[in-house]
Amino acid sequence: MPEISIKAEPIFHFLNFTITNSLLLSAVVFFTFFILAVLYSNESKKSQKNLYYYFVNFILKNIYQLFQAILKEKNEYFFPILGSFMIFILFQNWFGLLPGVGSILVTVNEGQEIHHIPLLRANNADLNATLSLGIISVLLVQIFGIKFLGFKDYIRKFINFSNPISFFTGLLEIISEFSKVISFSFRLFGNIFAGEVLLAIIAFLIPILASFPFLVLEIFVGLVQALVFSMLSAVFLSVAISKEH
Amino acid sequence: MNGEAAQLIATALAIGLGAIGPGIGIGIIGGKAVEALGRNPEAESAIRTTMILGIAFAEAVAIYALVIALIIKFV
Repeated sequence: MPEISIKAEPIFHFLNFTITNSLLLSAVVFFTFFILAVLYSNESKKSQKNLYYYFVNFILKNIYQLFQAILKEKNEYFFPILGSFMIFILFQNWFGLLPGVGSILVTVNEGQEIHHIPLLRANNADLNATLSLGIISVLLVQIFGIKFLGFKDYIRKFINFSNPISFFTGLLEIISEFSKVISFSFRLFGNIFAGEVLLAIIAFLIPILASFPFLVLEIFVGLVQALVFSMLSAVFLSVAISKEH
Repeated sequence: MNGEAAQLIATALAIGLGAIGPGIGIGIIGGKAVEALGRNPEAESAIRTTMILGIAFAEAVAIYALVIALIIKFV
């Protein structure tokens, strides 16, 4: 059986800071994302734009229209954060499927033991990464809720002494905010990690060609999960910034 | 029954029981989507997007069960 580790493994230590294999791939994705964004931004200032600009524009326009149905006139304000969520998670998911990720092993000495661990690992197959994304998303919802409704109006959703029923629904709202973080992070982590395990097991059972349809499935799952994460953030945002009736 | 056998049974039960609900849910979502498509064939793309989102949410429940099963198995 191939070795499956549920957590990201440390590769080396840099000034007491542990560098795990998922952090390494995350850095690669981050720099790719950064370079693509800078290229796009440079190109958008020129008068004669090249094909790359129009291609990115086309993709961004499609993503923009997805959020249009949910956020309506607020879309322009929230698109930068939601679009970056979508594209960043999409890149993280798809980079985890590249050949070499998970299959290139490095040798690590831990005390007396020698381990062979993968050099790169999909970032979203590490619970820390998805948990941080979930916390960022839910915190932003709270911050924008306070910004658009005012502190008093927003907090009334959670703490309300006007009658017993709204007091209890307020308690439930508080719990549901925390459960949002958990469901965000476990949904993304579970899907991507399950995909990794599936690919590893299939490649172990049938070495040739059999994993190809599953690879295509994983590309689709990566897209759907990026979509679900950003759409759900958009829905929570639109609920948080709308006035209660 | 020793610990290892209990662990294996727990893994199988976690994912096996956890797959029942989402299975029913995805069936209902798919069936209703086809129904909606039969009533209003022009809205195919909107129905497809909504259906895939709904299926992803139903599937997430199965994924939670899978995560629990994996944690029992590997931790």
